[in-house]
Order: sequence, then structure tokens, then C-alpha cells
Amino acid sequence: MAQTTLKPRKYNRREALAGYLFISPWIIGFLIFTAGTMVYSLVISFSRYNLATNVMRPAGLDNYRALLDDPRVATSLGNTLFYAVLAVPLEICFALFLALLLDRATRGAGFFRTVYYLPKMTPMVATASIFLLLLNGNSGAINQGLRFFGIHGPQWLVDPAWMKPSIVIMSLWGVSGTMVIFLAALKNVPRDLYEVASLDGAGPVRKFFSITLPMISGAMFFNVIILTIYAFQVFDQAFLLFWRDQNNATSESALFYAVYLFQQAFREFNFGFAAAMAWVLFVILLVLSIIQVKLGNRFVYYEGER
Amino acid sequence: MATIGPSTTPATALPFADAAAVAPAEAIERPARRTMRWSVGQIALTVLLVFFAVLFLYPLVWLVAASLKPAGQVFDNALIPHTWQFSNYANVWGELPLLRWIVNSVAIAFIAATAVSISSSVVAFGFAYFRFPGRNILFGLVLATLMLPASVTMVPTYLIWKEAGFLGTWVPLFGANLFGSAFYIFLQRQFFLGLPRELFEAARIDGASYWQLFSRIAMPLSIPSFVIVFLFEFQASWNNFQAALIYLNSGSVDNFTAPLGIAYAMTKYSPTAGGHADYQYVMVAALLVTLPMLVLFSFGQRYFIEGVATQGRKG
Repeated sequence: MAQTTLKPRKYNRREALAGYLFISPWIIGFLIFTAGTMVYSLVISFSRYNLATNVMRPAGLDNYRALLDDPRVATSLGNTLFYAVLAVPLEICFALFLALLLDRATRGAGFFRTVYYLPKMTPMVATASIFLLLLNGNSGAINQGLRFFGIHGPQWLVDPAWMKPSIVIMSLWGVSGTMVIFLAALKNVPRDLYEVASLDGAGPVRKFFSITLPMISGAMFFNVIILTIYAFQVFDQAFLLFWRDQNNATSESALFYAVYLFQQAFREFNFGFAAAMAWVLFVILLVLSIIQVKLGNRFVYYEGER
Repeated sequence: MATIGPSTTPATALPFADAAAVAPAEAIERPARRTMRWSVGQIALTVLLVFFAVLFLYPLVWLVAASLKPAGQVFDNALIPHTWQFSNYANVWGELPLLRWIVNSVAIAFIAATAVSISSSVVAFGFAYFRFPGRNILFGLVLATLMLPASVTMVPTYLIWKEAGFLGTWVPLFGANLFGSAFYIFLQRQFFLGLPRELFEAARIDGASYWQLFSRIAMPLSIPSFVIVFLFEFQASWNNFQAALIYLNSGSVDNFTAPLGIAYAMTKYSPTAGGHADYQYVMVAALLVTLPMLVLFSFGQRYFIEGVATQGRKG
């Protein structure tokens, strides 16, 4: 960042004022929709909110205590954790594999990249309505495909054990955003590094682990953090496949944290409880991100440090 | 099949965002490669590329086929319908207020994208050009908000819109966009930082005001990043399901966005909710909601790919 070295001693008054004016929309938005809502949500989490009268009464730690007493909170957190642990590594590996394929491709690379990106352009609600039928245990195309290989596919959407993997499959179909980030990183790896390594007798596997992986570790780091944050907030897919129909009881196995938070907030109107859930999620994600950054600093190679 | 046709054609013609620098080398390599015989590795690579292309395309082709089938055959997985029922496309408009939903979604996405691209651009110029105390700290704060999970602020945001009397209206679906959005501010600022400072200094000497620096110089030059922001937000808004569910679900069905409408249709036709399993209409609606995005991508592929790649670089 150049501006740190160019920083003048004294600021031009008029210029500074104009600067503040230019960024003022963001400052106002930040005060209302970020700082304001965060403080507000913290206050709500320590209150009992009556929707009918709009009255908020201090409730101390009641909401947080209620979280501990409600087994569905633990269930939904467990489900979400299970999903994240399953989805994030699979998404990373699959996206990286696809990016490596595209990076190697000489003919039609643009064509294949377009095709691979199409799922990302498909609205989630369309994806869900497609996969609702594709994942059907009896007639769905996925199980018919598995039957071709002699595998008897599970009841994806009905068997509690397979509900989370169903969501993982949908996520993998839409993995192209992550893939594009990897691909951009791969294109930036200096080709001469590979040539030098070849002269030294390094094989493709050695080159991947000694050159490619360290050189794209920045993108890898970013993808892992972002995918983790997304995985903990997974909502649309789970809601559309399992919770859309209020009359239809679904297994607790598909109860994700964000879904339960939504139900508490907008079905039960337990705003205090929901706000407490949101803050617990925020703290969990903050801790996870800090751990990831700490680990990342050990493994990520930054160009500037050369 | 028709959906895939138009979007693939410009793909080969458009250069990859980062490939611009590599292009000359490729141009030299290409003739040599053409004379080379296909190696085992290249054949394996092509087979894999085609395999995954089929995997990614299958659900979309399946959707096209399903939208043309009679109710009883939607589940049969045939990619060529046994019975072609084109009337689905005529009847869907009477079955569901789909036209309203699509018009609503277009309007909301257009307002949301316009608002956020202008506001983010103004803020980004503030951070890129002007020197003022606390600038770097404030910009750090912009980046920090990127990490904030949306579900944390969901409840109070709802209460704010409720207090302001906007529940059941479209305003909550784009209101926050008037104040800029962190990633877009970052993206536009990167672009502005790339413009030579002398350009602005010269205009200052000629008597241009600070606002004119933005509106006459920075804005016109930043059209490419402006387009990225617009397309990104248009897509995000078009696809947004959760916000529509929170703010519009309890109101009139005519006021729904397309994603909320499709979710409504999924339940309406579901036998467990007393429907008649007319899933072909859900499929037509799903296809008609996907189609505009594929068209958008076919025109703006370069911008989408570049935008996503930029997301990775800020990390």
C-alpha cells in the first residue's frame, strides 16, 4: 500500500472534508446497519422482547440459559458442524481439482470454464427444485446413475443419515466460485518455476506439493475461511429441501443452526433467543477465523516476503 | 439445450481475466501444439474435462426436459420427453403469478444493483483519492465488515425496518444498498488506485471541483469495475431468497420475488401439502428464473469471472 509511505504530515483541510463527505454514505450505513445492529442485537439478546407491544424488558442471561436448556440448539449446532467438516474439505479438493484441469487445458479452456460456471449462475431456489427431484430415493436420477454402477443408492431426502450429504452434493455442484479463485491463483504461478523444477528432475506430484500448493496458499487460505463462514450459515438449501413446508415434519437431522435461528426469530418471534443464538454463532466464527488466521500465518506464502 | 447454446458461444472469444499477460506466449505456442500428436495425458485430461462438463450440465438439461413433460413424467429422468407438453409454458402464467414475480424481481434487482454500484463507487473514490485523518483505520473497518456473518444482524435489521414501517414492502431488499457495500467498495477502490494521480492533479489545476474529479474523470474511467459491481449485485439480488422470505412471505403472493414465488409453488404442488404434484410448473418457473442469469452471464462472463477472481486476491 503506497499511501503509508506517501502520508503527508499535515492534511489539507478542504481535501480531508471532501474525503469525509465522499465516504459519508458508508459511515452512515455502518453506524445503522453494522455497528448499530450489532449493539442492538446484543441488547436484544439480554432482553425479553414482546412483539405485540414492542416492549423490551431486561432479562439478564435468561436467553443464553435457555439456549443451553434447549436440546435443539445443540442438535442444530452439531448438524452444522458435521456439515462444515464434510463440505469444506470436499469443496476445496473438488474446486482445486477442477481448477488444475482447466489450468492444463489448451483446447476449449474457455468453453469448459463457462460450462463449469453455469451452476453458480443458477438461482439457489432453482437448484433446490432440481435436486429435490434428482435426489429422490426411488426415481431420482442420482440413484438411477448409481444403480448403473450396481450401487443401491440411499433415500437421500428421507433417511436422516443422508440429509446432510444431500446438501453437500448441492454445494459441490455449485463449487465454481471457489474454482475460479483457485484458477486465477494458478495462472499467477510463474511458469519458469516448473521448468527449473523439471530440470532438477521433479515429477508432477513433487511439483504440485513443492511449487503449486505453496504458491496458491493465499487463495487456499481465503477459500477455506470463506467456505467455513458460509458452511456455518447454510440456510437456503436446507430450508428449501427440508423446512419449506411447515405442515411437514422433517427429521431433526436436517436442522441447521441458521434454520433454527430463523424459525425462532420469524416463526416463533423469540427475538431475544434468536439474537442470543446469533451472538453465539458470531463468537464461534470469530474464534474459528482467528485459529485459521494463526494457522494460516504459518503455512501461507506471501509474494512480498520473498 | 437452448439455454446452453447462447452462453457458450462468446466464451471462447472472451479472454480470461488474467490471461491477458499470457496471451502472446500462447499465440506462439499454439501452432506448434497443433502439429503435435495427442499424448496419453492430454487424452485423459480431455476425457475428464468432458466428464465434468456433462456432470455440471446434466441438472440444467434435465430441468429443460422436465419443464416440457406432463405432470406424471416429470420424475422419469428422460432427457428427451416421451410426451412433449409445450402447453406447460402457456399454462404456467395462469397457474402462478409468475409474470408478476419476474417483474418484481427485475425491478428490485435493478434498483439494488444501481444503488449499490453508485454508492460504493462514491465511497471508494473517497478512500482512493482523498487524504484525511483515520483513512486507513476506516478502510480497515470496511474490510472487517466483510467477515461479519449476516445472521448476526438479521433480527435487529428486521426490527429497524419494522420500526421504519417498511415491513411487507421491497425497501428492506435494497435499502442497505444505498450506503455502499464492503466488497464493492474494496473492488472499486482497487480500480481507482490504478488511475494515475497526475490526471486528477491536472484537472484540479484547471479548476475542477472534487465532485467533478469523480463524475467527469474517475466514473467514466471505471466503467469496467462499475459493470462488475452492477452485475454481481444484480445476480445476488435476483437470487436472494432469505430476505424475501423474511420481509415478503406474510404479505400478498403477488408481491413475491421470483425465488420466493418458486418456493411457494414447490409447496403448493407438493402432495404432502395437498397439492396435485404438478411439478412441471415448478420446473418451467425454475427455468424461466434461471434463464435471465444465463443470458446475463453470456454477455458479462468476463466481468463475473474477474469479480470472483478479485475476491480471492483481497485475502
